[in-house]
Amino acid sequence: MIDIIRSEWTKIRSVRSTVWTLAVTALLMLGLSALLGAASANSADEPMPGGDAVAMSLSGSMFASLSMAALGVLVISAEYRTGGIRTSLMAVPRRLRLLTGKIVVFTAVALVVCVAASAGAIAVGVAITRPPSVEMAEVVRASLGCGLYLSTCGLFGLGLGTLVRHTPGAIVAAVALILVLPPMTNQLPGEWGRVVAEFFTTNAGALVVFGRSGEYLGPWSGFGVYLAWIAVAVAAGAILLHRRDA
Amino acid sequence: MTAIRATNLSKRYGRTLAVADLSFDVEPGQVTGFLGPNGAGKSTTMRMILGLDRPSGGSVLVDGRPYAELRHPLRKVGALLDAKAVHCGRSARDHLLAIAQSNGIPAARVAEVLETVGLTAVARRRIGGFSLGMAQRLGIAAALLGDPKILLFDEPVNGLDPDGILWIRTLMRRLAAEGRAVFVSSHLMSEMAQTADHLVVIGRGRLIADTSVREFIGRSSQGYVRVRSPRLAEVAELVKIGELRPDHLRVTAMTPLEIGTLAARAGIPLEELTYVQPSLEAAYMELTKDSLEFTS
Repeated sequence: MIDIIRSEWTKIRSVRSTVWTLAVTALLMLGLSALLGAASANSADEPMPGGDAVAMSLSGSMFASLSMAALGVLVISAEYRTGGIRTSLMAVPRRLRLLTGKIVVFTAVALVVCVAASAGAIAVGVAITRPPSVEMAEVVRASLGCGLYLSTCGLFGLGLGTLVRHTPGAIVAAVALILVLPPMTNQLPGEWGRVVAEFFTTNAGALVVFGRSGEYLGPWSGFGVYLAWIAVAVAAGAILLHRRDA
Repeated sequence: MTAIRATNLSKRYGRTLAVADLSFDVEPGQVTGFLGPNGAGKSTTMRMILGLDRPSGGSVLVDGRPYAELRHPLRKVGALLDAKAVHCGRSARDHLLAIAQSNGIPAARVAEVLETVGLTAVARRRIGGFSLGMAQRLGIAAALLGDPKILLFDEPVNGLDPDGILWIRTLMRRLAAEGRAVFVSSHLMSEMAQTADHLVVIGRGRLIADTSVREFIGRSSQGYVRVRSPRLAEVAELVKIGELRPDHLRVTAMTPLEIGTLAARAGIPLEELTYVQPSLEAAYMELTKDSLEFTS
């Protein structure tokens, strides 16, 4: 397994799309934090409370989730586009091991970059808005929470990429499931509508970013629900990868 | 030990039977040509050998085991399927390094195989800028990485210039001489005539011939003598066993000398008396004419 991980590391570090999507992710996090921080520092008379300043600093996560999902998609769909998947499967005919290698390497890279970008975004936001006090524990929780959330958005993309095998198709699916459909579920009527909305993909997943609780889910249980969605996408992709001709 | 053994191998795509009940062996120490018209099922068979496509029936063993059960497959089997199936953004070196690492092959091998195929100077360049010939060499470098005993090449000379073709031909001969099993597909008989020792010929997914190149030529095509004369009908009468064509006579069982002597005795002038060599291409066309998927 360590051989496969080494190989996947070489693959992910040696293409420009990795550098680009990670740079875009970091830029979105830091840039939106600076932008919104400056806007609120100019308009408000009093400094923002610490908790609000931290939450505002992470506003970029809404868009950064998409650049991470795009990277996740590309990790596998680029191999299908080029036909390189056949080379990969000739080298590692046990297909689920290949997928596991990709997941491990992608998750590790994503976590490092996303936690750092989240911490950086908070630092930028707090430096600009200058709240009276900021709890260190809150900063750590938010950085980890946001980093985890963004990384798992990438895993969602990797699962969808394995399932769809086609870059544009998988990216459309990821945008729909991460950004477009979740706010739409909020319009569902009745008690059941509220349950569906709260449990729907990033509606549940983003609770951990802002440390909020919903009607039914807390930050971490919400994140758990999001992980279940991702597990379904990855498992479906894994089954098809195992069964289909390459 | 037999390098590759296919037993009643079949592959069905929907209602099309791409490969049907195909059995053959590939032995070490020789180049085995895998020959058939376009669409005969050669690539499908190669993908099944490599565990990429699942057979609909039958089985294929590589070094005695299904490909997927080999622990470090690239150390046993090297293959070039499609030279252009690589990520354009990666350098040649990184491309090979990732493949080497996946099978625990030391990184030093990357430089060695790059040297073997003559790509050392462009090792750090992005593959996207490679010509087809360079991509083909890169694919062969990848196949050689694990120093495998069994090599598969799918149409390796397609689109190559004469230099490249000669290089690949020489390489395949050398690999076989080193005791490796080399299995190479082509739709060109002339190409195989110069490289292969053994032939597996298929058409429409079915086995047509599994024989040595020498036997193949001997069995399926004979030389003949072409005779032209202003009095062709009289010559035909004279030799009795000829096959009369519109503008010439085709004789298989007599030598030019015998025919010429007969004609001279009868005082018949001859316009042409030529021995026509048996052609491998002709033998191949003869064999596969019934199995062409599309004919013009």
